[in-house]
This record gives sequence, structure tokens and C-alpha cells, in this order.
Amino acid sequence: MVQSRATQQTRTGGDQVEMSADDVTKGVACTPKPPVFLHFGGGDSKTRARCSGVCVMDVALPPGTTVNIETITFKNFYTALLSVRLQRRSPGQEGVAAKWCTALRDRPLMNNPHTEAGAQDYYTIDRKQMQVEPDDVSCVRLILKQPSSAWLTFSLEDVRIFPRVQPEPDKELSDWLLALNLVDRQPQTQADASASVSCGLQQMWALSQVMQSSQSHAASVGRFDVDGCYDIHLLFLT
Amino acid sequence: MDEGADLSLTVSQLVRRLRGSHLHAEMEREARECLHQPEIRLDTLKDDVRKFLRTSGWERKLQNAVHRELHVGRLPPSLLVAPPEHLKEPLAYMRKAQASWERRILKSLNSMSTELGVPLARMRPAAEQQDLSNKWNEMGTDEPDLSRFRPVYAPKDFLEVVVALRSPNHDSGEDAGARSHWGLIQVPLDVKDITQLRGVYTELSLATGQLGIDDNAHIHPDLFENDYIDIGKRVLTEQDSAAAQQYSRRGCPTGLRADLWALILNSVNQPQDVMYYEQLKAGVLQHDLLVDNLIYKDVKLTASNDDYYFVFEDFLYQVLLCFSRDAAVLEHFKYNSATPPKSYIQGKEGDEDFAVFYPPNGVIPFHGFSMYGESNGRRALDATESLQTKTPYLPVAPLCFLYNEPSKLYSVFREMYTRYFFRLHAVSSACSGIVSLCLLFERLLQTHLPQLFYHLRQIGAQPLRIAFKWMIRAFSGYLCTDQLLFLWDRILGYDSLEPVAVLAAAIFAFRAENLMEVTSLASAEAVLADLSTLKVMPLIQIFLFAI
Repeated sequence: MVQSRATQQTRTGGDQVEMSADDVTKGVACTPKPPVFLHFGGGDSKTRARCSGVCVMDVALPPGTTVNIETITFKNFYTALLSVRLQRRSPGQEGVAAKWCTALRDRPLMNNPHTEAGAQDYYTIDRKQMQVEPDDVSCVRLILKQPSSAWLTFSLEDVRIFPRVQPEPDKELSDWLLALNLVDRQPQTQADASASVSCGLQQMWALSQVMQSSQSHAASVGRFDVDGCYDIHLLFLT
Repeated sequence: MDEGADLSLTVSQLVRRLRGSHLHAEMEREARECLHQPEIRLDTLKDDVRKFLRTSGWERKLQNAVHRELHVGRLPPSLLVAPPEHLKEPLAYMRKAQASWERRILKSLNSMSTELGVPLARMRPAAEQQDLSNKWNEMGTDEPDLSRFRPVYAPKDFLEVVVALRSPNHDSGEDAGARSHWGLIQVPLDVKDITQLRGVYTELSLATGQLGIDDNAHIHPDLFENDYIDIGKRVLTEQDSAAAQQYSRRGCPTGLRADLWALILNSVNQPQDVMYYEQLKAGVLQHDLLVDNLIYKDVKLTASNDDYYFVFEDFLYQVLLCFSRDAAVLEHFKYNSATPPKSYIQGKEGDEDFAVFYPPNGVIPFHGFSMYGESNGRRALDATESLQTKTPYLPVAPLCFLYNEPSKLYSVFREMYTRYFFRLHAVSSACSGIVSLCLLFERLLQTHLPQLFYHLRQIGAQPLRIAFKWMIRAFSGYLCTDQLLFLWDRILGYDSLEPVAVLAAAIFAFRAENLMEVTSLASAEAVLADLSTLKVMPLIQIFLFAI
């Protein structure tokens, strides 16, 4: 059965997210909840609650849906370490409570938590870097740590989750091609020399075609004027 | 992403950058020509051609080109989601500061043009073009009236911008104390400490022989120098960029330096380089730019006063004017936090088809533009120099000692500018950027000479105010030429400008005793005015490994 890219086969026990073209390019529609900073102390009125340097950000998917994650991308804002926990709902077990598991523990985002290096960089977390298979995920919990007291706040921005795209169903096609090649190979034992020469000639012809069609390589001096004119009055202030 | 994917992404980026280059065309031509040779067989075509390219030295040239691409810009492979401005400068507040600094410069240039009534650019009439072409090799003899032109900005102004940088998310609420930073730079960039520097600059250690120290007249050349020169000659025969870069870490022998630097920068002088230079010259002849006058003034005030560099005055004009016409320099703005100034052809404002960059290379010369090239050891530049329009910032003059052919000099200079020196006058968080260098200098001083730093701070002589002008010019104009070239050997060898900051701290350490006696900024500057007698490598070595 040929599967199209637009929809995924629905499985029992929790619908897979119906992937549209938007999901693949912009990420699954998810709502990152506001970050919750963990404090300690402050139980009585005398002591001030101190920021512990840990913050939790939940990213909720549309209720009732699960997704197979391919990548998570985000922009850092002064977070030093990131842990990712996933809530997975196994298919076929609707009644059972979803389980939390750790996909990534303390991945460093900033080399030195006290300095700016990596503080505003863009990151991608691939499924291959995760400790568990991020399939059938219903909720993603990001645990952010920033041990340095040098910063006023820290968080992640523009968190996006990209679903796994089903691989192209071209396996059948390639089998067919392979079969064709096998058929082709047999006459070669009888006309070896001429076949190899023709093969070589074809290679040469292909090579010459490629070289002819490739673009001109001359490193030209970039013209800075427009049709010979370079009369400028004022510089443009943005 | 896993490593395999990272590698293939890097490879595809490199292929994209090298495709369409002159090297690509030449290799294809060579491959096509070699098909005539008898040892190339049809059934092993691919392998035979590859073997041919390897044995005829073309693989080595390709390796050098790849080596260059990996070192220029150093775009990380996995930034699929990052927008282009993030690649120029990752920190938003630095981008903002650079943008506002650029706006100031542009306004200054616009007002200069309006006040003086000189257009930013105009086409030269044919007679004028012919005239300039005739005296191309003796532009120094001209005495145009440049008194009306004032510098666009001075290093002092740029220092104020750098000092005013603040990270909005940084909690600087703590009071000044022993653990806080005493210097002027208040942004927490990642800079190396002495232990990390020792780890990186291992070839400068006390136990390793190097030029600038072990080629002293008192030391017999057989102990180090002769063997080292032999190794240098072998490196040049191999024509391997990476090996040349490694070699340069311990200094380049004077006789081999020109070729070694050209090899490291992969600026091979081919016939098309000469043609390219001629086309740039044509650009200079055709159009007269306002910035040309700034360059003239700069070079005039520097070269004519200088005992060593007056012979190069004409050379400097030629190279700097051609540099300003070179649109290929615009490429480096992909990884430079600066943005080239934009304008429109007169009468077509707002029409993107008539949008141009000004100057064509996007680099506005500032006060001290040509000084990079000049490394006069004797002349002492004092605190009032900011009032003089004489601090060239382009490192052309020392290069004049190495190369006598204009197109070769030009290509080496352009490569050095687009790899290193552009970082010295743009606000960025790069580790070779001027902000990081200033912070590195201050941190080293505070950690290892706290008493001196505290004393200077108390008397109102913040060390950075003195050292900034050295660093922004990579010491050109302050050190003796041969010492300056030793320093630049290491800059090329380690692909970093950190040695500049380390030297600045080492100089303070060297003159610490005298500096502890002074009681004002002026006297501190006087102590550090003349650096022409300093030997650079022993200072760096002692500071890094023996302090």
C-alpha cells in the first residue's frame, strides 16, 4: 500500500498528528507554556525566595494527539544546561497513565555559564541524540538550568518540534530496478570487451557533457557601478 | 546532529564555495588535458584522473583552498535555523551597538560631503583620468589641499563605544570589589586565562626554540636557526598551507617570510591576479571618491613624517585606493558584524536596481587607515595623536617590506584584512574581536599585576586607554618593523589576534616598576610612549610562561 506524505496511518490508541506541509516546515503546532522558575526558601516572611537557577518549561501538544519527534529546535537565551523529558503514551494502552522518561540530560548550551558564549545561539536536538525513542510523545518538558548568578533571567525562545516524516515508499521501486540490472548483466559475459568499451565511452561522453554544461568559472571583478554610473549623493541611513 | 551529518554538511558547504572558483576551472581543464595521456585508461578513468591530479600537485592546491575556506569565517555547519545576522554576530545587543556606531559614521560622512560640497562619488572626466594614469606611480608628489578634510572617526571614539557596551541580561548589581572587574570593559565575554593560553600557545614556551629569541646574534646559528631555515625551505617546496601555518608559529625567517605568508593565506599570484589588480586600478581612474581624500590625507601625514615609510608612499596610495574599489571584499561581511554602507545612484533613491555600496568595498577608512602598513619603531606617538589624522589602520606598510610587486602585495594585504584586521574595528563578540582582546588584556593585567592595575586605576590612568591604540592597529606604527613582523607571524600561525592582547599586557608587566612611580595618566602614557626598542617574543614568552 502506497503511503502518501500528507497523512499518516492512524493507529489505535491515540491519533497520530495529521501532518500537513506546515508541520514539516514550521513544526508541529504546540504551545510552550510559560517557564516556571523553581525557588527555594521564602517559606516564611523573613527569608526571600532565592532563584535556584532551575526552570521548567512544558511544551504541550494539541490534546489527545501524540507525535513522533524528529528534531526540536530553539533559540537559547542564557540557559546553560538543558534536559528534556518526554511523556509518552504507548499505542494500544489508552487506560494506562502516560510515562515520563528522560530523553536528554544536562546538555550544555553554554561552554561557560558565566560568559556570553552560546548564550543566544540556535540549537537543534535530533532524535539520534536522545536517549530514548521520541515516539508517541504527548508532552515535552524542558528543564533549563543556569547555575551562574551573573544573569537576570534565562529561558528558551521559539521552541519548535518537528515531526518525523515517513520515509519515501520507494523501496519497492528500487527492488524493481535491481531486478532490471541483474537481467542486464548476463549478456556481458559473452560480449565483455565491447560492453566495457561502450561503458567507458558513455562515461567519457557524460563527463564532457557535464563540463560543457557547467557555468562559466571566470572569477570576474564585481562591478561596483550601475552601467558605468557611480554618482552618489548621500549615504542611506537605516 | 551526529558527526557524520555535520561532516557531510561542511563538505557540501565547502564544495559550494569552491565551485565556480578559478581553481575549479583550472582543475577541470587539467583533468580534460590529462585524458590525452596514455596511462589514463577508460575502465579506471575516475581513479586514474584522481591519481594524476594528486601527483601533479593539484590535490595539494585543492587542499590549500579547503584549508583557507575552513579558516575564513568559520561558519559552524549545524546552524540550519540561524538567520544571516546571527552568523555575523550572535549577540543581539552587540549587533545593535554596531548598527548605531555605523549610523554615526555614516552621518559624519554625509555631513562632511554636504559641508565641503564634495560629492561622495563622481565620474572623473577623461582628461583627469588620463592625468591620474600618468602619475599613477608618483601620486606622492601631488600636494592637494586636504586641510578641509577631517577624519571620520578616531580610535578614541571607538573606544568609548566599546566601553559603553552593556549586556542587558547581565546582573551587574554587585559593588566594585576584589572579585569584580576593574577595567573598562563590562561585558562578560569568554576569554582565555593564562592556563588556557599556555595550552594553546605551546610553541611559544621556554623550552621551544623560535625566531625572535633564538636567532639572537649571541646564539650560534647551528643551535637552532640553520635547521629551522632548512625546515622552512622544505615547507615551501611542499607548498602546503597547513604546514606553513604550523611553521609560522615559531616565526618565519626573513628571507622566506613573503612566500610563507602568501602560502598560509593561499594568495597565489596568478596571471589573473595581475589582471584583477589592473581592473581595480581602472576603477580608481574612472571614479573619484570622497574617501580617497581621507586615504590621501592619512598616508600623507604618516608616510611623509616617517623615516622608514616615505619610500612606500606611492605604493600605499595605489594599494589603498585599489582596495576601496574591490567589490570582492564585500564577501567578508557575511561573517563581519559590520554592514557595508548603502546608497543609491543620484536620482534613483529607493530603487533597488540602482542600489550600490559605498565605498565599493564597504570599508570606510578611519583615522589611521594606512597605519597598519606602517610600523615605524622610532616615532613615538603620544596622547595627542587622536587630534592628528595619522593613524592608518590598514596593515599595508609592513607588507611593503615583504612584497615589491603591487598585485602580490595587494592580494596578501586583502587576505589579511578580510581574515584578521577587520575584527579590530567592529563591535563583535568574536574571540579575535577588539572587544574580546580588550577584555583579555584587562583580565590578564588584573590577574597577574593587580597592584599595578589598582594603582593605575587610582590615578585615573585606566590601562586600556593606553593600550587600546596599540591593539586597534595590531601594534603597527609602535614597534620596530622586524619585531612587528615576528608578532604577525604568530597571528598568522595561530589564526588569532590574541597575541596582540598578550603583548599589550606583557609590555605593562615589563614597565611595571616605572609605572608604579607615576601619578597621572599623562606620565603613564609617557612611560609607554616609545615601544621601538622592545623585543616582542621574549616579552610574550615570559608573560605566558614565566610570570
